[in-house]
Amino acid sequence: MASPSSSSMKGPPARTGGAAPELGVILPYPQEAIARRSFAPVAAPVHPLARKARAVAANMLPTLAMVVALLAIWQWLCSAPDAAFPSPLMVWTQSHEVIVHPFKGVDMGLTHFSIAQSGDVGIAGHILTSLSRVLIGYGMAAVVGVALGILIGQSVFAFRALDPLFQILRTVPPLAWLPISLAIFQQAQPSAIFLIFITAIWPVILNTAAGVQTIPVAYRNVARVLALNPIEYFTRIMLPATVPHMFTGLRIGVGMSWLAIVAAEMVQGGTGVGFFIWDSYNSALLTDTIVALVWIGLVGFTLDRIVALAGRIIGRTA
Amino acid sequence: MKHRSYLALEGVTVEFPTRAGPFCALDRIDLSIEKGQFVALIGHSGCGKSTLLNAVAGLVRPSRGVIFLDGDVVDAPGPDRAVVFQDHSLLPWLTVEENVRLAVDKTAGGKSRAERREWVMHNLDLVQMGHAAAKRPGELSGGMKQRVGIARAIAMNPRVLLMDEPFGALDALTRAALQDVVMDLQARLNNTVLMITHDVDEAVLLADRVVMMTNGPAARIGEDRTVDLARPRNRLEAIDQPDYAGARSAVIHFLHERYRNPATLAA
Repeated sequence: MASPSSSSMKGPPARTGGAAPELGVILPYPQEAIARRSFAPVAAPVHPLARKARAVAANMLPTLAMVVALLAIWQWLCSAPDAAFPSPLMVWTQSHEVIVHPFKGVDMGLTHFSIAQSGDVGIAGHILTSLSRVLIGYGMAAVVGVALGILIGQSVFAFRALDPLFQILRTVPPLAWLPISLAIFQQAQPSAIFLIFITAIWPVILNTAAGVQTIPVAYRNVARVLALNPIEYFTRIMLPATVPHMFTGLRIGVGMSWLAIVAAEMVQGGTGVGFFIWDSYNSALLTDTIVALVWIGLVGFTLDRIVALAGRIIGRTA
Repeated sequence: MKHRSYLALEGVTVEFPTRAGPFCALDRIDLSIEKGQFVALIGHSGCGKSTLLNAVAGLVRPSRGVIFLDGDVVDAPGPDRAVVFQDHSLLPWLTVEENVRLAVDKTAGGKSRAERREWVMHNLDLVQMGHAAAKRPGELSGGMKQRVGIARAIAMNPRVLLMDEPFGALDALTRAALQDVVMDLQARLNNTVLMITHDVDEAVLLADRVVMMTNGPAARIGEDRTVDLARPRNRLEAIDQPDYAGARSAVIHFLHERYRNPATLAA
């Protein structure tokens, strides 16, 4: 790209500029300003993939830098030989087995996985156990929660009857349900699933109900003028209008069920990542606990992103 | 037996319950509209124009009185009384075509899929929006959205077309363009139309009759002025006609002399 020189600029000021003082013409702007009106050469086009890579790098670099900095501070603070808390390097050396062999005792297939029932199981095995519990409990909470939310959002009677109960029950901490859950189900697996269900369902119900209640009057009027029948109203107006609220509740719910499962497994024992933490604490393996915390954080983050992504996709196509 | 007009409101009173007792929005409204007539309803904000239109649409139930449309009593909303809403009320998750299609599917019983699709596109073309069929309302300007709102309403082949301040939220130039669209549609389709507006020129330019409402509460019809301008109308020809000026002046006198805006009276 050629940059136009200042002599070829259009307009009389550029031409008469030099002779201005003698002719007594008042210039609208000084000569040097005109001279500066040239264009910088356009940069060579960047390949779209390269541009994408640069954007990703620009996004990720601050996070990476922060992680490195925090690890360095942590190492510095805990490097004394008598430090009570292990340093990152100690975590690496002492929990080396846990970090590099997470899938020990796990048989992964394309469509299935099985975890060794006894013996030494890697951290990923425990995570998968916990995830399968969350998946069942949260799945049930999502279905029942959306249905109940639509019911109390749509029916004033149901709202008056049920909303106060829900408002009270939702404040009960997940672990407080554990004795009841154990008393009902007697076994670890179903009572853990029930705990997830009862933890995740409240935000799903209440957000879905709020979504149904705040469907704009304009959309309701359109439905009335078009004389949509209840099924058409449900599929064409209510569901699409409620999807954003619904997924807000589903996102809060999945985060809460991940919180609850770890706590439940710590108390209950046996398998799962909560048990792994409790076990490592009892064996005085604090470095294993730290590795488990990183896993839990990353998995929880991934769950949240998956639900958010599902919400975006469904919101676009609904 | 007394002759009853195509659309007839007989003694329509609308009251809303409030904490301080019933609030009377409309008081014994009698209004007769013949088939193919374009009636503009004008009045200050809060005078009950929208309530009257919603009563005809069936969205509001009259406390007393009856509304007849072609001999049938109006008692519920229905697609035979299509509404163009002020805020267009397009469903944002559907494309332009799907929005119109939803209305067509409810009204075009017995037509094949291809015929329905063709009918949707025909109506979008009538408002010059055929090019945007695949877009979503969020990608359109306000004027374009309202064109689609009009297409959705006329695609329902309504017995009466109700327009609730359809251009109230648009700028003056867009508004004029849409008025031209409505004039064009009226010349082609000769719908029975009841339109709310608070723009005097819009009322006189578009309507065969301008019905002026007194200030609420308990609003009534104050004056009913016929606009004798030949159809099809043209903006530039119309404004030079003596009856245009006459009707315009009558409406302005009504609104700003006899029934001044209650908000400015207080000041």
